[in-house]
Amino acid sequence: MIHLSIPARQALAKLTLPVLIAASFGLMLLGKADALLADRARVAFADALAPIYAALAAPLGAIRAGIADTTGLWDLRADNTALRSQNQELRRWQAIALALDAENRRLKAELHWIPAPAPSYVTARVVADAGGVYAKAVLVSVGPDHSIRRGEIALDGDGLVGRVTEVGSRSARILLITDLNSRIPVVLQGSGARAILVGTNGPYPRLMYWPEGSPPREGEHVVTGAESDAFPGNLPVGTVHYTSARVPEVVPEAQLDRLEIVRIFNYGLTGILDPEAARPVAYRSH
Amino acid sequence: MASADEQRPGIRPRATLGRRLDLAARHAFPASLTVLLMLLTQAPFGVVDQTTLLPTVALISVWFWSVYRPGAMSPPVVFGIGLLLDLLDWLPFGTGVVTLLLVHGLALRWRRFLGRQGFILVWMAFAAIAAGAAALEWLAMAVLTWRLVPLGPAIFQAALSVALYPALAIIFARAHRSIANPERA
Repeated sequence: MIHLSIPARQALAKLTLPVLIAASFGLMLLGKADALLADRARVAFADALAPIYAALAAPLGAIRAGIADTTGLWDLRADNTALRSQNQELRRWQAIALALDAENRRLKAELHWIPAPAPSYVTARVVADAGGVYAKAVLVSVGPDHSIRRGEIALDGDGLVGRVTEVGSRSARILLITDLNSRIPVVLQGSGARAILVGTNGPYPRLMYWPEGSPPREGEHVVTGAESDAFPGNLPVGTVHYTSARVPEVVPEAQLDRLEIVRIFNYGLTGILDPEAARPVAYRSH
Repeated sequence: MASADEQRPGIRPRATLGRRLDLAARHAFPASLTVLLMLLTQAPFGVVDQTTLLPTVALISVWFWSVYRPGAMSPPVVFGIGLLLDLLDWLPFGTGVVTLLLVHGLALRWRRFLGRQGFILVWMAFAAIAAGAAALEWLAMAVLTWRLVPLGPAIFQAALSVALYPALAIIFARAHRSIANPERA
């Protein structure tokens, strides 16, 4: 160790904090100049942590399920009656759905309809929130030899969850449809009108840019639109709900606040360019 | 650290390996606990708005240990914790580092005064710090991503920091007197 005089050491100690603050401003500039560097560091970090969180997920999930079970015991009777009436209703709908399915198949056969290829998918466990305070995203843990690519689409059992934005060797980050940066082409199912679903970081994303004359209606179902070649059509997204300020929002079908397992689909769509691939082209064009 | 200890006169036990390890462990305790707590906030507990816990825990830790034991929460350590915060929180790079370093600097400046005060006053000072830190992070976020970021999460973050401070401070104060105390080595 280098021996310094006491005043020199004290002066050095006083300098550490200002120097480090200056260094952190430098870090800000570096992050701004090379966003990919920061993202790579984060993905590498997430890769290292994902297996640990994945190992924690099972016991923590069991604890949560146990708590839910004990609280669920209290309203068992009420739940039972509600479920019975719901079951009756669903049976009625099942009959309708089966009839429609048979009719649909017959009509498709008559029209020589070419079915869309079945997408391949992987199922992954959500291991952590990867959003922070100002973003809405989740981290999923995947095996080391996975085939997940950027831009693939994540769904839970009920509806659209989001899109894969970063991929590491053991983890992937999914940007939720509620994130501030999320823009999704959608179709309002009642009128067939197109619109854009804009995330706000709040629980309900907002509808924008619908054609004049066909405003979204309360309770209308919203599905993805296929027009930008980023999404396949007709994935369930949610239902329209107007706020008290008359702003149309969408209540997502997916359980975005308690995601546990998501399916990541590869529809083979190329509507969204990979930013890492797009970057050199953008530079060359100038 | 050992050299500073040697300069003081007095009788002290021999610096055996065990004792040195003990001292090092006590010295590293605040930073290790902070990192552990930060990683723990990311575990899949399924609590609503759990993501806000991460900056909150980092802020409380840096503030508490900077006020009561700055020797174990030196600027390079704070820099490392800030870097971890940026990586885990997906904040624009450098934002968490700057915020935590400024909090650390203010804590060092006020610690002579705060050390003589009761809990309530330290808590009130922390409330001001938490509000300032949340505002700074919000501003950095808005400037670096160049868009109007909603103010709600920042307010929630500041409120959660203030609300959680007593709970964490009790644990930290216990540790401060027992397992993190180098004089007990």
